[in-house]
Amino acid sequence: MPSPVSRVGSPTRDLTGSRPVLEAPEISRALTRMAHELVERNKGAADLVLLGIPSRGVPLARRLAERIAAAEGHPIPVGALDVTMYRDDLRLRPARALEHTDIPPGGVDGKIVVLVDDVLFSGRTVRAALTALDDVGRPRAVRLAVLVDRGHRELPIRADHVGKNIPTSMRESVKVLLDEVDGHDAVLIGSEEGVA
Amino acid sequence: MNWLIKGARLLGGESTDLLVRDGLVAEIDRGLDAPGAERIDADGLVILPGLVDLHTHLREPGREDAETVDSGSQSAALGGFTAVHAMANTDPVADTAGVVEQVWRLGREAGYVDVRPVGAVTVGLRGERLAELGAMADSPAGVRVFSDDGHCVSDAVLMRRALEYVKAFDGVVAQHAQEPRLTEGAQMNEGELSGRLGLRGWPAVAEEAIIARDVLLAAHVGSRVHICHVSAAGSVEIIRWAKSKGWDVTAEVTPHHLLLTDELAATYDPRYKVNPPLRTLADVSALREGLADGTIDIVATDHAPHPVEDKESEWDAAAMGMLGLETALSVVQAAMVDTGLLDWTGVADRMSYRPARIGRCDTGPHAQGRPVAAGEPANLVLVDPAHARTISGREMASLSHNTPFEGMKLPGRVVATFLRGRPTVLDGVLR
Amino acid sequence: MRHLLSAADLSREQATLVLDTAAEMAHLTGGRAVKKLPTLRGRTVVNLFFEDSTRTRTSFELAAKRLSADVVNFSAKGSSLSKGESLKDTALTLAAMGADAVVVRHSASGAPHRLAHSGWIRANVINAGDGTHEHPTQALLDAFTMRNHLGELDGRRIAIVGDVLHSRVARSNVLLLRTLGAEVTLVAPPTLLPVGVGAWPCEVSYELDPVLAKSDAVMMLRVQRERMNAAFFPSAREYSRRYGLDARRFGLLPDDALVLHPGPMNRGMEITADVADSERSVIVEQVTNGVYVRMAVLYLLLAGGEAEAAS
Repeated sequence: MPSPVSRVGSPTRDLTGSRPVLEAPEISRALTRMAHELVERNKGAADLVLLGIPSRGVPLARRLAERIAAAEGHPIPVGALDVTMYRDDLRLRPARALEHTDIPPGGVDGKIVVLVDDVLFSGRTVRAALTALDDVGRPRAVRLAVLVDRGHRELPIRADHVGKNIPTSMRESVKVLLDEVDGHDAVLIGSEEGVA
Repeated sequence: MNWLIKGARLLGGESTDLLVRDGLVAEIDRGLDAPGAERIDADGLVILPGLVDLHTHLREPGREDAETVDSGSQSAALGGFTAVHAMANTDPVADTAGVVEQVWRLGREAGYVDVRPVGAVTVGLRGERLAELGAMADSPAGVRVFSDDGHCVSDAVLMRRALEYVKAFDGVVAQHAQEPRLTEGAQMNEGELSGRLGLRGWPAVAEEAIIARDVLLAAHVGSRVHICHVSAAGSVEIIRWAKSKGWDVTAEVTPHHLLLTDELAATYDPRYKVNPPLRTLADVSALREGLADGTIDIVATDHAPHPVEDKESEWDAAAMGMLGLETALSVVQAAMVDTGLLDWTGVADRMSYRPARIGRCDTGPHAQGRPVAAGEPANLVLVDPAHARTISGREMASLSHNTPFEGMKLPGRVVATFLRGRPTVLDGVLR
Repeated sequence: MRHLLSAADLSREQATLVLDTAAEMAHLTGGRAVKKLPTLRGRTVVNLFFEDSTRTRTSFELAAKRLSADVVNFSAKGSSLSKGESLKDTALTLAAMGADAVVVRHSASGAPHRLAHSGWIRANVINAGDGTHEHPTQALLDAFTMRNHLGELDGRRIAIVGDVLHSRVARSNVLLLRTLGAEVTLVAPPTLLPVGVGAWPCEVSYELDPVLAKSDAVMMLRVQRERMNAAFFPSAREYSRRYGLDARRFGLLPDDALVLHPGPMNRGMEITADVADSERSVIVEQVTNGVYVRMAVLYLLLAGGEAEAAS
């Protein structure tokens, strides 16, 4: 049984040696652009359901949903999909504590589900999310929206909507800080070996 | 073969030389010389009278998978013993002259120690009627100690009769004090720990109540009584009170009860399961004090070998008992000598003179527990108190390995043991 | 932590983690058509039950299967005592089969402890009830059930009533509830309380009525009628009159107080039928929650795999 330690990305991480590549205004602009792209690609906001992947995918999903709702004039279903139980790399680390899954009341059957995460890296988290989604229902389509794509995919997975492409080396780490979790917005690149 | 032991500390005292000739201690003095004798350099070693164990289980006949008279005798010699009293709970039970004689002969054939069989008090240890105590006393085995050990003689009338009957041949009843109804299914000392561990408790009162009854009975009928393996502080107090009245009560304590507590049961490892059970620190302290002031007369090992499969299971299913012969002296040194409670003279008294007296083997041609003095039979043990060793059950001469001291570092090492002038152990190795 | 042998093995944080994880398990699988998660696929969980218990065994089996683990039910009739296969030989057989986790129920206190520490197997050991010692997952599901109704258990007053002396459920609950900050009162006749209970982290009372009026939850333990043959109480009638939860005593409970029972119940002895079936009885919920809690325990112990074993 593990002690519940701070998870990757929590506010208590050591940020020394990191430099910012995105600040709050740029993040906001990126999200606004992504929201418009989503609506455009979807030809409207009908049947859209946004599901954030915990932990930071959730506030990002909410912000996207707010922007879409502001443009379209009605609320957009938004929720959370925890993927811990579906990961293919469980055996490699101590068992993690679960995050909360919250599927909006309308469900996902026949909907356009947009998975939202902060950083796209190996693709394994998204693959786990797709498996988890299988157990929730049968969407009409699934899209992926990420704030940062840092490359180094290990699976054939690509994002439909990207806030910013940031090519990195494997020795670097990318950290997203969000006001809701960390007190302010920023995207940082650091030099220690971090895994998203 | 004669032996000249040079520079040994007699009973832990002054360094001196000792000459063994023709089975006797011939001379004790400084600067001895004896051409033709084998010399043993005993510089720094302590010389004690050969130890006498009043309570050993040799398991033969019946449980030769656990121990035999031969292997048990070897264990005893390695532990510094020159005589052991073999308890009667064999299969068949030693409740007839035939069985005790068989055990006695096996001991002579093995030749490492004097094996003195203990006779059962009741037939089959069933606590119903007396065994033929007189026949056993008259047999070549010359039984003087009678015990149903393993079981308590709980019937008050039967205990009274036994106490009276043995007076005829200067015998003694050695009681295993355990009120059976209070200890049905008992697994460990009853206390705070047993409640937490979910193991049925063996309350000290079940021992104390029997001791109280039996010292009063012995006084009433004018007999002597011996109490086996005292384990509780309350028992020590009762015995002290009985002695203060001048009653002929003797008592023994095991080495493990001088060193270990019931905390070890928390491991659920049955190597720590024993009857009577290990108890608390307060009980250990009281037992040590009792042994120091003589309320407890002797140390007796209650050496109880068990095969691996009887000790490797869950606690409830495991047998009760611990090895003791090869570690007794080291444990007594750790618990009593190194703590300043008893000196080596005291050890000689508690582990040789008094046990032999109680067992009535301190006179006659095969006398044991005699003083280390010229003219006395050369039953001796040479100990190196400075040598510490790590205990390993696998390395013992016993056929079994169930020692509770496994892996512990204990002080002292038996270097040599002499049985009537013949070495059974030399350089710590059997001869 | 490799094993769950005692409720005392869990710190407050760890216990809370188990309960939170169980809550998420309930949330994930409770309403859905697909009740399975792939998390323990490829792992083998062995139910090693030396004592009959369909209820607990089924609960663990369901929990393991909902996590996609392979389940083997090993009903070891007899023990070293009755000359069946010994604990050690059974363990070695399981190790040879490649068990990742062994859920053990045994009539001898400490048997799971022996399995875990003997070196015979490398699997994670979960104690499903050993003698009169402990039943940690029962305490966890009891705490989970109470938390669902009462909220956080800090400062809550829980009464545990019945044969404490022979109850592993009582021991585990006293330890776990104390860890979670609750105040426990044990109620029983003096004969059914262990020597040394005064040192336990709880209060003790011989009288039930005054304790009920102050309790947020009351847990009734099973009391066997046969105990009167060993003089633990004079008769079943006297026991239930003095310590049974009947309609009158039920009326003494505060309005929102819960009634729990680990089962199986002796209706008419420690609890009457109408109380057992009342709306404040959460006895059936306890059973449902048992699966979620056991899913959480299996997940937290097993999912980490090699990394956990190495740490």
